[in-house]
Amino acid sequence: MSTNLPKQEYTRKDFASDQEVRWCPGCGDYAILAAVQRTLPKLGSTPANTVFISGIGCSSRFPYYMSTYGFHTIHGRAPAVATGLKLANPELDVWVITGDGDGLSIGGNHLLHVLRRNLDLQIMLFNNQIYGLTKGQYSPTSEVGKITPSSPLGSLDQPVVPARFALGARATFVARVFDTSKKLPDTLSAAHEHDGAAFVEILQNCPVFNDGTFDRITDRKTGPAYQLWLEHGQPMKFGANGEKGIRFNPRTLSLEVVTLGEDGVTEQDIVIHDETNHSLAWMLTELPGVVALGILYRCRGMVYNEDVVAQRKLALERFGKPDLGALLRQGHTWTVS
Amino acid sequence: METSAAARVQPSPRETVDSVVIRFAGDSGDGMQLTGTQFTTATADAGNDLATFPDFPAEIRAPAGTTYGVSGFQIHFAAHDVQTPGDAPDVLVAMNPAALKVNTDVLKPGGLLVVNTGAFSLNNLKKAGYQNNPLEDGTVDRFRVLALDITKMTLESVKDFGLGSKEASRCKNMWTLGLMYWLFGRERDETIGWLKSKFAKRPKLAEANVAALNAGHIYGENVELPHGIHPYQVPAAHLTPGEYRNISGNEATAWGLVTGAKLAGLDIVYGSYPITPASSLLHNLARLKHFGVTTFQAEDEIAAVTSAIGASFGGAIGVTGTSGPGVALKSEGIGLAIAAELPLVIVDVQRGGPSTGLPTKTEQSDLFQAVWGRNGDAPLAVLAAATPGDCYYMAIEAIRIAVKYMTPVILLTDGYLANSAEPWLLPDLETLEPFPVEFRKDPEGFHPFLRDDHTLARVWAIPGTPGLEHRIGGLEKDRDTGHISYDPRNHHRMTKIRQQKVAGIAKGIAAAKVEQGEDHGDLLLVGWGSTHGSISQAVHVLRDRGHAVSHLHLRNIWPLPEGLGDLLHSFDNVLVPELNNGQLVKLLRAEYLIDAESLTRVTGQPFRITGLVEAVEERLQRSAR
Repeated sequence: MSTNLPKQEYTRKDFASDQEVRWCPGCGDYAILAAVQRTLPKLGSTPANTVFISGIGCSSRFPYYMSTYGFHTIHGRAPAVATGLKLANPELDVWVITGDGDGLSIGGNHLLHVLRRNLDLQIMLFNNQIYGLTKGQYSPTSEVGKITPSSPLGSLDQPVVPARFALGARATFVARVFDTSKKLPDTLSAAHEHDGAAFVEILQNCPVFNDGTFDRITDRKTGPAYQLWLEHGQPMKFGANGEKGIRFNPRTLSLEVVTLGEDGVTEQDIVIHDETNHSLAWMLTELPGVVALGILYRCRGMVYNEDVVAQRKLALERFGKPDLGALLRQGHTWTVS
Repeated sequence: METSAAARVQPSPRETVDSVVIRFAGDSGDGMQLTGTQFTTATADAGNDLATFPDFPAEIRAPAGTTYGVSGFQIHFAAHDVQTPGDAPDVLVAMNPAALKVNTDVLKPGGLLVVNTGAFSLNNLKKAGYQNNPLEDGTVDRFRVLALDITKMTLESVKDFGLGSKEASRCKNMWTLGLMYWLFGRERDETIGWLKSKFAKRPKLAEANVAALNAGHIYGENVELPHGIHPYQVPAAHLTPGEYRNISGNEATAWGLVTGAKLAGLDIVYGSYPITPASSLLHNLARLKHFGVTTFQAEDEIAAVTSAIGASFGGAIGVTGTSGPGVALKSEGIGLAIAAELPLVIVDVQRGGPSTGLPTKTEQSDLFQAVWGRNGDAPLAVLAAATPGDCYYMAIEAIRIAVKYMTPVILLTDGYLANSAEPWLLPDLETLEPFPVEFRKDPEGFHPFLRDDHTLARVWAIPGTPGLEHRIGGLEKDRDTGHISYDPRNHHRMTKIRQQKVAGIAKGIAAAKVEQGEDHGDLLLVGWGSTHGSISQAVHVLRDRGHAVSHLHLRNIWPLPEGLGDLLHSFDNVLVPELNNGQLVKLLRAEYLIDAESLTRVTGQPFRITGLVEAVEERLQRSAR
């Protein structure tokens, strides 16, 4: 009798495969893997009904380390493979694993379309701002001027902001978090709960080719000054003692960082987070000197795979039981005797 | 003689002819494809065998009156078996000067030219590139000419329906069709019914079109025709008894896919990005949701194939349809399906290449791409349909092979098959052998690359099945565990297994067989795909002339059928006619070390029977010397 037959309750171990994990020591992917394996049992997921689909890159090795179904596909195409899978069996719980190169460079087109179609799945984009598996070239999220083997005098490309890309594609759930964050499991739970495509950007450290690029944000000491954790209905405050906040400047139509108690700033000036407000989410994607984390945007939208199922039902109602013989005879036929 | 319009002339006697080729030609906005399609339906009803060839420009509405905006529809119908749309037309219907200009050289000398003088304005003559009016300068002297102001007579016939001048003028294709119906003794009922349903929401327009159709017919009945022009009758052909319909290749492919999926017990997920000439496959399948078909109009060709792969991973049969440029984009995805050993059907409706090439013209130049066009040693099965109706059976076969061997299958059709129509004897669905798929359910001893000893197909275990959770992908797998493996010996073995699996498909298909002639002789014509009709008719002519020539037509391009090598070596000459620059011929030379010769035509048009006959006779003379 095999050990991975259905159980009443699953634990973290039930979601870990027997394959040796082969990311570099210290890679942020380890923390993400652990968070996912810890979270899935709490979501009521089963290994049999869960599928991880990835493209190519360091992050895309992810499915091999899960004891669920998995498909390590080709570079950039995971969203399209996931779409077909979801159309074949809408009941499956599908997670797409991608990276900044896989999802925003070679696969940017598919990411755009899976988001606008709003298929019911979760997309985790591991953003380390570098090409790891090909040994350290700049990526579409690298900052301008990045010195890499392919840009010895500095990269010239303007970086894409993943959350902004997702909002532009009409994503209905956009969140941002970092690899070692304690809030990663909660963010993943919220993504899973969302009806539609849930886009989660995970800032992830590459210790080999881009070490420390997010340190300022993720470090326990310096972090609080740079992390703005968003909570729906709560004022946007941050800093070690919550002394900083976000204020809307109506003259520039933008958000600005203020300090409570300075220049007459009071609690009343601080913006309350409304995760259903698209304009606000757009402004939150890039803030001066602070990074918005948590759920930037969440709304209800038409879910593609649900509508596909509805159309299938409608076709059955309208055209009746399928009859091949009648299909071949539609239009004009004649008999030769 | 009394020539008043009121007086009815004696009906001219109908001449009985065995076979006729008509080409309807006009501006792309003149409705020539509709006219041709209606004539086809009426001709099928009259019991003739037939074949058609629509030939239209790539532009949706090319500038009116230009030669590159000419749209043509050729139909060949006869009292006997018809396999091609015919070489040169016996009758040309030219709705404007450009249509005449483009087709003057193809109409047979002595052929009948029906021409709409109403469109021969100075401006139209200039647009067509005529210095003088060709109807007056001797250009058409070698034809029998029926020059009529169809525009004027059409406007007269519809004047009571209150149409705008543009709409009224558009009825001229129906007037012309009416005249052609009278000329060839076809019934109008079907077309009248069709017009009424097409314009159900605009009854005036329907009535006007019917009136134009009737007026054209009445014109034929009443007017004394010029000397040498008279009506014809083409007796019914002796077709196999049964129920028939007209079918085009893309319709047949769509219905074959649906039938194949039913025989396999699977739903279809069809991922596709619109491309000429494959788009109508998507349109046809999109209407069949109640048959368990999900169509997905993907963002690009890559998403089209990878969504189909995802669907196959999930337990549907993933299908994608496209043309050559699309297959090029799908190559990496097809390689993934080969590595992951998932069933997948890729329909390639070939068109002229390279690059964008000739989107609306037919060609057979994707054979190399289908058989070899991927990175790595990446074998798959390649099939080719021979006729529009054959697309139905080859689509079923593509699904059968895909699910039986867990492999991608490329089905090659082409623009000619896609758009041409032929009468098709409806299949007896009861006689089609089901091939139900059994997904792996048993966890005992499972790994994803367990194989069937006989077919070498790996097990198909789908997400949602408890106890069979597994990971697959494009990385090489260990033969014995299915885990990732970088072991060089394992890669060597897996490469051989993939090759043996696809080669083994040959054991489950019919052996190579000559379809016309003996299995040895002076010359064997080896064809594939849509050249079937031309080659078959040419061999018929050659054998009538006493030549020891045979015809073999390949439907399995890869793997090639068993016994083919022996057959090829049983002929003194092997000639391979193809609508490309010589592809199958190289495959045969490589596989069988045979001195096969190539005969190529890359004009965007099918082979002409006369051309094939001449080419064969020339080779026979040469080898006799």
